[in-house]
Amino acid sequence: MTMTLDLHSRTAHELRDALRSGETTAVEIAQSYLDRIADVDSRVMAYLDLWEEYALEEAGALDERLAKGEDPGPLAGIPIALKDNFCTTHGTTGCASRILRNFESPYEGTVVTRLKDAGAVLLGKLNMDEFAMGSSTENSSVQPTHNPWDIDRVPGGSSGGAAASVAADEAAIALGSDTGGSIRQPAAFCGCIGMKPTYGRVSRYGLVAFASSLDQIGPFTKDVEDLALIMNVICGRDPLDATSADLPVPDYSESLGREVSDITIGLPKEFYTDALNDEMRAKVDAAVAVLKEQGARVIEVSLPHTDYGIAVYYIIAPAEASANLARFDGVRYGFRHPDAKTVEDLYKLSKSEGFGREVQRRIMLGTYVLSSGYYDAYYLKAQKVRALIRQDFDRAFEQCDVIITPTTPTAAFKLNEKIDDPLQMYLNDVYTNSANLAGVPGVSIPCGLTDTGLPAGMQIIGKPFDEETIIRVAHAYERNRGFDPGKPPLE
Amino acid sequence: MARITLEDVEYVAGLAQLTLDDQAKQRLLKEMGEILAYVDKLNELDTDGIEPMMHVLDISNVFREDVVTGSLDRDAALRNAPKTDGEYFLVPRILDTE
Repeated sequence: MTMTLDLHSRTAHELRDALRSGETTAVEIAQSYLDRIADVDSRVMAYLDLWEEYALEEAGALDERLAKGEDPGPLAGIPIALKDNFCTTHGTTGCASRILRNFESPYEGTVVTRLKDAGAVLLGKLNMDEFAMGSSTENSSVQPTHNPWDIDRVPGGSSGGAAASVAADEAAIALGSDTGGSIRQPAAFCGCIGMKPTYGRVSRYGLVAFASSLDQIGPFTKDVEDLALIMNVICGRDPLDATSADLPVPDYSESLGREVSDITIGLPKEFYTDALNDEMRAKVDAAVAVLKEQGARVIEVSLPHTDYGIAVYYIIAPAEASANLARFDGVRYGFRHPDAKTVEDLYKLSKSEGFGREVQRRIMLGTYVLSSGYYDAYYLKAQKVRALIRQDFDRAFEQCDVIITPTTPTAAFKLNEKIDDPLQMYLNDVYTNSANLAGVPGVSIPCGLTDTGLPAGMQIIGKPFDEETIIRVAHAYERNRGFDPGKPPLE
Repeated sequence: MARITLEDVEYVAGLAQLTLDDQAKQRLLKEMGEILAYVDKLNELDTDGIEPMMHVLDISNVFREDVVTGSLDRDAALRNAPKTDGEYFLVPRILDTE
C-alpha cells in the first residue's frame, strides 16, 4: 500500500501516470480526494451533491479493468466534478435553484457521457449561482461557496463551486459553463486555469440553458497539460446539439512544449484603463514580459466597442434567459406551489416562490426588453452592437494571433460586498463578456498573487476555433513564468 | 429612453407570470431603472445599416435523416412530475364545466 495522502494535490496527468505505472490505484486516488473533501469542504462549501459510494464503485471497476490489461481511456481514474447545471442520471441536477431542487435528470448530457467513456471518476455536483446568473456564487439558493485563498471572500461565479473545488484540491478537474465570464472569472479569483472554448466547440446537450447564444461548457484545471487532456475529451460535433460545430478537433497535447517566437500578442488599449487596479495591471504586464522574453511580438490593438459589452450583454442574456426559464411552470418537473387552485396561479405561485431574487430580476429585464414597443430599441439595438463587437475582434485578429488582457479588474471581493448592487456585480464581467458576445475562445491562467495573497488571472483570447494557439501560449507562459503559484492556505 | 414606471413593472410581471409584493415591485422599479439607464449608452452608437447578429455561428437549418430514434419512456418522463396519475401530468381544472 502506497501513501495516498498527497494524491489529491497532484495534477490529472500526474495521477494518470501514477495509475499506469502501478504506483497507485483508482480507488486510492478517489479515496484521497474524498478524504480531502471531508477535510476542507465544510469551509469551502463547493459541493452540493457528493457521490462518495458511486465514486468508489466506479474506481473499483476501473481497477479491475486495468488489472485485466484493458485501457479504460485517457481520463482513467481521474476524479472530476460537475457544475450543478449538467444533466446527470446519477444524483440530482438542481442548478442551485429551489425550483429544481431534487430534480433527477432522466437523461445525461453529451459531455458527461464523454467523460465516463474516457474513464473519469465522477465525484458529484458543484455549487453555482442559481441558473448560472451571478458573479459570486452568492445567488445559490443552497449555500455560499468560500474562496479557498481567503474564506471571507467570494470564489467568483457563476461556476464558483467548480473553481473552488479545483483550487482546494477537492477535484482534479471540474467542468463549468461560461455565459459572460462564469468560468474565467472564478478561475482568476481562485487561482486555477479556466477555459471557455469557442461557441460551438463543445456540445451543450444536457446543459441546462441560460442564454443559448452565449452559453459554453469548459474545464477548470490545475495546469495547462491537464487543460489539453480534458479538451481532447470534451470537444467535437454532437448530432444532439445543432449548434455544435462540424469541424475537426486537433490533438491539443501537440500544442504543449512549443515555442512562441512566431506569435504576435495584441494588447487592447481599451482594457488597460484607470478602471484596472494597479496591482492587477502589474501582474499582467509581468506575464506579457515573460512571453516577450520567449520571442513573442507584442503590439497594441484596439477593440473600440469594449465599453458597450456589458450593456449589450445585459440585454441579450436576460432576453434569452426569460425565454429559456419559461419552461419551469410546476407541471412536468420542479417545484409546484401547493396552494394553486387555477392553472394561472400554478404558474405564478410556483415561479415566484421557486426562483430567487436575481433570476426574477433577469426574467423581468428580459421580458421587458422583448416586450412590444421596446424590442427594437433594446434587443435589436443590442444585436447590432454585438455585430460591431464581433467585427472588432475580427479586425484585431488580422494583426495578432492572441489577445491578452487581465481576466478581472480586481482580485476576489468579500462576501456580501456587492450582493445588494446588481449593476456593480454585473460590471465584474467587463473583461470577459465580450468573448461570449463574439463567440471567441478564452482562458484565464494564474499570473501571481497580490500583496494580500489573492490570485490574479491573465486572460488569453484566441481566434474562433483556435484553442490550439491559446493552449500553446498558455503553456509557454506556465513553463517560463519562474514561480510556483502555490496552494491556498487551507491547512 | 423613457423611464420605466411602476405600471410597466406590473405589466411585465404579468407577462412573465410572476407575483410581486409591493416591496418587490419598488425594488425592481429602482434596479431595472438603473440597469436600463446604463444600457441606454448603446444609443451613443449609430447602428444604421448594421446587420443584427442573431447568432455567432454562420449556420442555418441543420437536418438529419428522417428516421425514428429512441425517446424517453413514459415512466422516465413522469418521474419528476409533482402531480401525475401515472399516465398524464395533472394540472388544476382549466374549464368550468357543470
